[in-house]
Amino acid sequence: MLYTPQDFKSNQEVKWCPGCGDYAILAAVQRAMPEICESLGYTRERFVFASGIGCSSRFPYYMNTYGFHGIHGRASAIATGIKVANPTLSVWQITGDGDAMAIGGNHLIHAIRRNIDINILLFNNQIYGLTKGQYSPTSPLGIVTKTSPFGTVEHPFNPGSLVLGSRGTFFARSLDVEMKLTQEIMVASAQHDGTAVTEILQNCVIFNDGTHSGITDKEVRGDRTIVLRHGEPMIFGKNREKGLMLDGLQIVVATIGQNGVTEKDLLVHDAHVPNPGIHMMLVNMSPDDGLPLALGVIRAVKDKTYDDNVRDQVINIRKKADIKCMDDLLRSGATWEVE
Amino acid sequence: MQHKVIDAQEVAIRFTGDSGDGMQLTGTLFADASALFGNEISTFPDFPAEIRAPHGLVAGVSGFQVHIGSKEIKTPGDFCDVLVAMNPAALKANAKWTKPTATIIMDSDAFDEEGITKAGYKTMNPVEEMKMQDRNIIFAPISSLTKESLKDSGLDVKSAIRCKNMFALGICFYMFNRPLHFTEEYFENKFENKPALIEVNKKVLRDGFHYAGNIHAIPNTYQIQPAKMPKGTYRNINGNQATAWGLIAAAEKAGRPLFCGSYPITPATSILEELALRKDLGVKTLQCEDEIAGICTSIGAAYAGNFAVTTTSGPGLSLKSEALGLAMITELPLVVVNVQRSGPSTGIPTKTEQTDLYQALYGRNGECPIAIIAAHSPSHCFESAFYAGKFAMEHMMPVILLTEGFLGNGSEPWRISNMSDYPSITPPVVTQSDGPFHPFKRDEKRLARQWAFPGTSGLEHRVGGLEKDNNGSVSSDPLVHERMVGERAAKVAKLADFIPMQEVLGAQSGDILIVGWGGTYGHLYTALKDLEEEGHTNIGLAHFDYIFPLPKNTAEIFGRFKKIIVCELNSGQFADYLRTKFPQYHYLQRNKVQGQPFIVTEIVSAVKAIL
Repeated sequence: MLYTPQDFKSNQEVKWCPGCGDYAILAAVQRAMPEICESLGYTRERFVFASGIGCSSRFPYYMNTYGFHGIHGRASAIATGIKVANPTLSVWQITGDGDAMAIGGNHLIHAIRRNIDINILLFNNQIYGLTKGQYSPTSPLGIVTKTSPFGTVEHPFNPGSLVLGSRGTFFARSLDVEMKLTQEIMVASAQHDGTAVTEILQNCVIFNDGTHSGITDKEVRGDRTIVLRHGEPMIFGKNREKGLMLDGLQIVVATIGQNGVTEKDLLVHDAHVPNPGIHMMLVNMSPDDGLPLALGVIRAVKDKTYDDNVRDQVINIRKKADIKCMDDLLRSGATWEVE
Repeated sequence: MQHKVIDAQEVAIRFTGDSGDGMQLTGTLFADASALFGNEISTFPDFPAEIRAPHGLVAGVSGFQVHIGSKEIKTPGDFCDVLVAMNPAALKANAKWTKPTATIIMDSDAFDEEGITKAGYKTMNPVEEMKMQDRNIIFAPISSLTKESLKDSGLDVKSAIRCKNMFALGICFYMFNRPLHFTEEYFENKFENKPALIEVNKKVLRDGFHYAGNIHAIPNTYQIQPAKMPKGTYRNINGNQATAWGLIAAAEKAGRPLFCGSYPITPATSILEELALRKDLGVKTLQCEDEIAGICTSIGAAYAGNFAVTTTSGPGLSLKSEALGLAMITELPLVVVNVQRSGPSTGIPTKTEQTDLYQALYGRNGECPIAIIAAHSPSHCFESAFYAGKFAMEHMMPVILLTEGFLGNGSEPWRISNMSDYPSITPPVVTQSDGPFHPFKRDEKRLARQWAFPGTSGLEHRVGGLEKDNNGSVSSDPLVHERMVGERAAKVAKLADFIPMQEVLGAQSGDILIVGWGGTYGHLYTALKDLEEEGHTNIGLAHFDYIFPLPKNTAEIFGRFKKIIVCELNSGQFADYLRTKFPQYHYLQRNKVQGQPFIVTEIVSAVKAIL
């Protein structure tokens, strides 16, 4: 390979709290980069990491690539501008649950709606970390934080359903501790043409420690998560003894070998089906409902991208245009001569 | 009756009617035909915010004033020689703008009991009630004549009556001996795909023209000879179109693709619309989800190496404030066009004002000086936008271009230049670096940093809203911060070395210096000329295009006059700014905050009062 992960480490000192989940994500991304370069023929200067504000948004400083650290909530807009200005760039937006879904919610949904070819890494720790512990749009109902001393009274977003509801073409989910999976998803994200959103459940060791432990702890992870891979049956469980089936309009858990259930009865993951119905059911699965949390690439469908459409329109119009330069434009339409 | 053709040097015609009556188009067609005929022109659309305001009410009246002349025309004219009032409400709203000698043409069909009552008259005689009986009153049954004109056209009655504005235009064309063919050519182009409408409009226009000749109510018609304008090729252009074209011109000169992220807002929207048309010149426009995305996509595009612009009006600039700071601290080229309108908040959104100067100067957090250029006429928007682009790219910084609704919607003839007449634009693009690339290293001449485009090998670097040292590392060192604040401010101040010296029109020294900026130029200039004609030759006019930084000779000019009067369409923002810059001078003021441009006589009186 042309690069090693080391080539993507900048000379800046990483300043996240010791034990922060961001370290693992940074490492996974840096490990994915050489593979992305290999598979897509990219060189390092092609990458731009753009971010908003928050702990995760410091990420661009730690990548030895082009980087733009923006203002709170606006990373999707900044990344969109970068991509439209130069569609050959590989643009990566790093954002958090507050940055992307509170102050930046409008930009996020419109970037996804346009299907601009950028990669969005959404670090979800369900808390505002950089402002020291206030609830976020993904904090569970009732959580006690500094701004909800008696518990929140508002419902959280599920980032996956927000993405699908915005007509997203790519949604994946990983855990900060699942570095291999994150790395694998990063490559898939880079390969996807269109807005690719990856939610990474990340632990804030200071203000929301253990918020995901009911899912991420080694003892429970196998039973409470399922890694979805396109074309493979939906099997999970510590001993890969469980699977997902459709019962009417509901996804249910079945044990292989019980009640006559065989592997053939299980749902086979189709990430490429355009209808988002099944994907919507998959992103909303939760251990709270007795279903495993879906990880991996849940949806990856082909569609025209915004940047392609912009470029094609310009090319097509220029082909048949009479006006080729400013001097032509100045003399176009109604003009008259004064002698 | 003997028909006389009188030579006039200038006339102003005001077309008024319901906001759905097509008065903007009627006025524009009259203006275009006059421009193509060779007159000097200046136009002023004056319309309500509602697209189709309630029928027949004063609040829904839309107006368009055209000032044409064989002499120099710099304003749309204070008062009109001809008022076209398509209904009683239009007369009520506009009678005050007529000269005592004016002709008023009214659609008598609309002056029925219902129409008169709806417009809120107390009597059934609107002309007397408005004290207009001494004007030359022409009641013409425009609606019914239009209906009659088109009875064989196949159009239904409702559609036929909608052409009544062309009948009124025909009457005006007769009065001012305008050739019809320019407007007929417009119909041919406009309705290329609906040929039936070409004939319909031509017929109504001609019938209006002949009607005016037949009724003998118009004893004299007027001939306005072509103006003596410098030799060249001309076109009629409005301020927003000129702004869009100036931006495209700057992009072409710099060899950078033009990117515009923007959100529709009155009265700036037509800049975005014009840019969106220009895919043939490679212009990329992104109609964003909001104003903030407008500027943030543009900042991203600037980082990626495009000439990025964002267009807006006052409230939109408020929304962009935080991101403007980001553009400033990342030292990226960006032009922000603010077509000012009446505020605060939504204010009177279709009316003009100069009330965003403070916002442009100071409206950001932290120490965040941003260069400001102001356009002074519709066609001057081209040059202003061009130079805003040149300075943004060559000096690596955001530039705010202030125009006004009055300029954006107003139009005037413009002598077309060649692009070779404009200076080059050479942004400090860097393609390689010996050793590590330091993004905030500056050149000595402009104090500008270098522009390294993503995709360039070896120049990988990070910028952002956090304070950095010159090599691009994040720093919260107190002294580094203070130094960087100073360096960024010095860079903006340094622009004064590159902008032209301030010119003074009229007397170069003397009793009174009229000071203005932006879109009031036409009125201030005309006031100066009127005062000169009255023998007041000791008055000068300094009209500022460069607001921040100010031209280097500003103080020296102020010192040459006994009195300074600052005239602006706000409560004194430029005057206050000058007080902070040059406190040694005393500044008198003439202000107006009515959502309307100055009237020349207001300025003349204000100056005479201090003579």
